[in-house]
Amino acid sequence: MKRSSKSGKAIVYALLILGSVIMIFPFLWMFFTSFKTVPESMSIPATILPSAFRPDKYKEVLEKLPFLRLYWNTILLVFFRVICAVAFSSMAGYAFAKLKFRGKGLLFTIVLMQMSLPSQIFLIPQYQMVAKLGMANTIFALVFPGLVSAFGVFFLRQTYLSIPEEIGEAAYLDGCNQWQTFYKVMFPLTGTSVAALTIFTAVFAYGDLMWPQIVNNDVTKFTLSAGLATLRGMNTTDFPMLMAGSLLAMLPMVILYLIFQRQFVEGIAGTGGK
Amino acid sequence: MAALNLKGITKIYPHSAGQKKAKKKKGEPEKKTNLQVTDQGVIAVQKFDLNITDKEFIVLVGPSGCGKSTTLRMVAGLEEISGGELYIDGQLVNDVEPKNRDIAMVFQSYALYPHMTVYENMAFPLKLRKMDKAEIDRRVKEAAEILDITQYLDRKPKALSGGQRQRVAIGRAIVREPKVLLMDEPLSNLDAKLRNQMRAEIIKLRQKINTTFIYVTHDQTEAMTLGDRIVIMKDGFIQQIGTPQEVFDHPANIFVAGFIGMPQMNFFDARLEVNDGKYAVSVGGCRVELSADKQANLTARKVPAQSITLGVRPSHMVLSKESGNTLTASVEVAEMMGSEVHFHANANGRDVVVIVPTMDARGEHIDTFHTGDRLNLTFSGSVCHVFGRDGKNLEF
Repeated sequence: MKRSSKSGKAIVYALLILGSVIMIFPFLWMFFTSFKTVPESMSIPATILPSAFRPDKYKEVLEKLPFLRLYWNTILLVFFRVICAVAFSSMAGYAFAKLKFRGKGLLFTIVLMQMSLPSQIFLIPQYQMVAKLGMANTIFALVFPGLVSAFGVFFLRQTYLSIPEEIGEAAYLDGCNQWQTFYKVMFPLTGTSVAALTIFTAVFAYGDLMWPQIVNNDVTKFTLSAGLATLRGMNTTDFPMLMAGSLLAMLPMVILYLIFQRQFVEGIAGTGGK
Repeated sequence: MAALNLKGITKIYPHSAGQKKAKKKKGEPEKKTNLQVTDQGVIAVQKFDLNITDKEFIVLVGPSGCGKSTTLRMVAGLEEISGGELYIDGQLVNDVEPKNRDIAMVFQSYALYPHMTVYENMAFPLKLRKMDKAEIDRRVKEAAEILDITQYLDRKPKALSGGQRQRVAIGRAIVREPKVLLMDEPLSNLDAKLRNQMRAEIIKLRQKINTTFIYVTHDQTEAMTLGDRIVIMKDGFIQQIGTPQEVFDHPANIFVAGFIGMPQMNFFDARLEVNDGKYAVSVGGCRVELSADKQANLTARKVPAQSITLGVRPSHMVLSKESGNTLTASVEVAEMMGSEVHFHANANGRDVVVIVPTMDARGEHIDTFHTGDRLNLTFSGSVCHVFGRDGKNLEF
C-alpha cells in the first residue's frame, strides 16, 4: 500500500515536472534567443544557448520601437478596460441579480448571446462606430470595445446571486438606498470575483493584438503587442530582436503577476476555471 | 415604542407568466397548497386584523407557509401590501420606505455584513443617519454591554459563533432605538441548548429596552414563553389571537388546539349529549359531564347534541385504577422523560399520549407500564375541549 502510494506520488511529480518544463521551455528559448545573432537563431541544428550573451538586440529594439510610448499606451488600455469592465459589470451584474425590472430576462439573454458569439464578428461594426465617431487612430479607439464586458456581467451576476437576499434587505432597513446598498454593502463582498475579473481583463487587454492593429495605424498609438508585430518582416524576421522586444513587453505583466499571484490563483480557483 | 394597527392586511403574489398560461390551458387553477388561489394570484395573507399596543410583545406563530413571515415583511416594508392598511403610531405607512418607518429587523440568517467588524456592523445604521461619532460610540458600546459582546467588537462576523452572531444582529437592530423591533425566526439557526439560552436573553432584553416587538416563529414553545399575545396563523388566515394562557386553555379550533401545547392535544371522535339541559361528552365507554363554565357557554350558544371531536391534553388525562366509566387504551410506546413518562397508546381507534408522573406526591415511584399493557383513562369535565365537525370550538 505504502509502496504503491510512493510510486503514485513519483509518477505525479514526474508528470508535473514534465508539464513545468513544457511551460517554461518557450520562455527560456525566448530568453536565450534574444542574445543570439540572426544566423545563430536560424542555424540548423538549432542551438539552445547563445555563443555569447550580447545585449545588442535589446539596444536595437529600444531604438526601433518607441517602447515608453507603447508601455504608456498599453497601461492606458489596460487601466481603462479594467476600470470600465469592473464598474459596468458590477453595476449590471448587481442589477441582473438583485433588482426586479421589466425585460430583465430578455436583456440577460442578449448578454449571454453576445458571450456565445466569437468576438471577431464585432470587429467591423466596432471599427465603423469608432471611425464614424472620428476616433480612429486614437487611444480612445484602443479602449472602446472593452468598455463593457458581457463575460464580466455574467461572472459578477453569478457572484451577486450567491450573496443572500437578507444582506441587501438588512442594508435597506438600516437606511441604505439602492445605490448605497450596492456600493457600501454588496460591492465590497465581491472582492475575490472583482480581483479575478480585473486579472482576466488585464491579461486579455495586454495581449490583444487584432483590435489595436485594425483601429490604429500609427506606431505611436499602438500597444506593446501591436508594436512587436511590426518587427516581423515580410520576407525575413530578426528573431533575436523580436525575442528581446517580447521579453521587454512581458516584464510589466510578470511583475504584476508576482505581486498579485495569490489573487490570480484564487480567482481561477473561484471560477472553476482551473 | 409604538402602537401598530394592521387593518385587513392582505398579500397576493401575482401569477407568473408561465403559471397564467398553464392556467389558461387547464381552465381550472391547480391547487398545490392550502393557500387560496384566485385570478389575481396566490393569497399568502388574508385580511389580517391586529392592534398592537405600545411596548407589547406579539408573536406570530404557525407552520411553514402560513404567512407569518410575509406579514412581518409587510410591516418591515420589504413586501408590498396588496390590500389593507398599516398604521404605525396612527400614521398610515403602506407607502412609506422601510428606512422611514423607524423599525429594525433581526433575520434568521443574521444578515451581518461580512466585510465589517462587529462594531462597524452595529454602527452602520447610525452612520447612515449621519449621527455624531461620539453618540454612535456610546450607543454601540451600550448595546454591546447589554448583549455581552463588548469583547468581540473588533472581530469580523466569521470569527463568531452562531449565538454571538445573533447577538450582534440584535445589537445592530437595537442601537437605532427603533419604534418597532421585528424578529424573523431569530433562533431557528441555533442548536437546542443555545436556543433556550437565547430565549432567556430575549426575555431579559425585552425588560431592558422599551420597544414594541413582533416576533415570528414556528416554535410554539418560543411563542408561549416570549409573547404577551400570540397570533396563530394557518394558510394565510389568523386562527386565534390571545395570551399564551388563553390560547392554551381555550383554543378556538382544532388547529390551534393541536398546534399549541407539547405533546399535542389528544383528539377523539365523541358525542356531545344533552340530558335535562346538562351537557356531557361520551367517548368509548366513558361519559363525562362538562364543567359549569362549559355548560354555561354551550347553553348560551344553544348547542344541540351532536357528533364532535373531543380534545383532551395529555397532561389532563388521568390513570384510573377502576375500569368503570373509563377510556381503555393499550400502551404502544413508553418514553421515559425523568420526572414523567409519556405513554403513546391507542384508545378508541386514535393515537393518544398520556403524561404520567414517575413519582407521587409522597415521593414514591408509581408503577410503570410496558408495551401492550392496558390503561384505564379518565378526565374531568373542565379539561374537555369540544369541537364541532367543522373544527371550531363549540364554546366560542
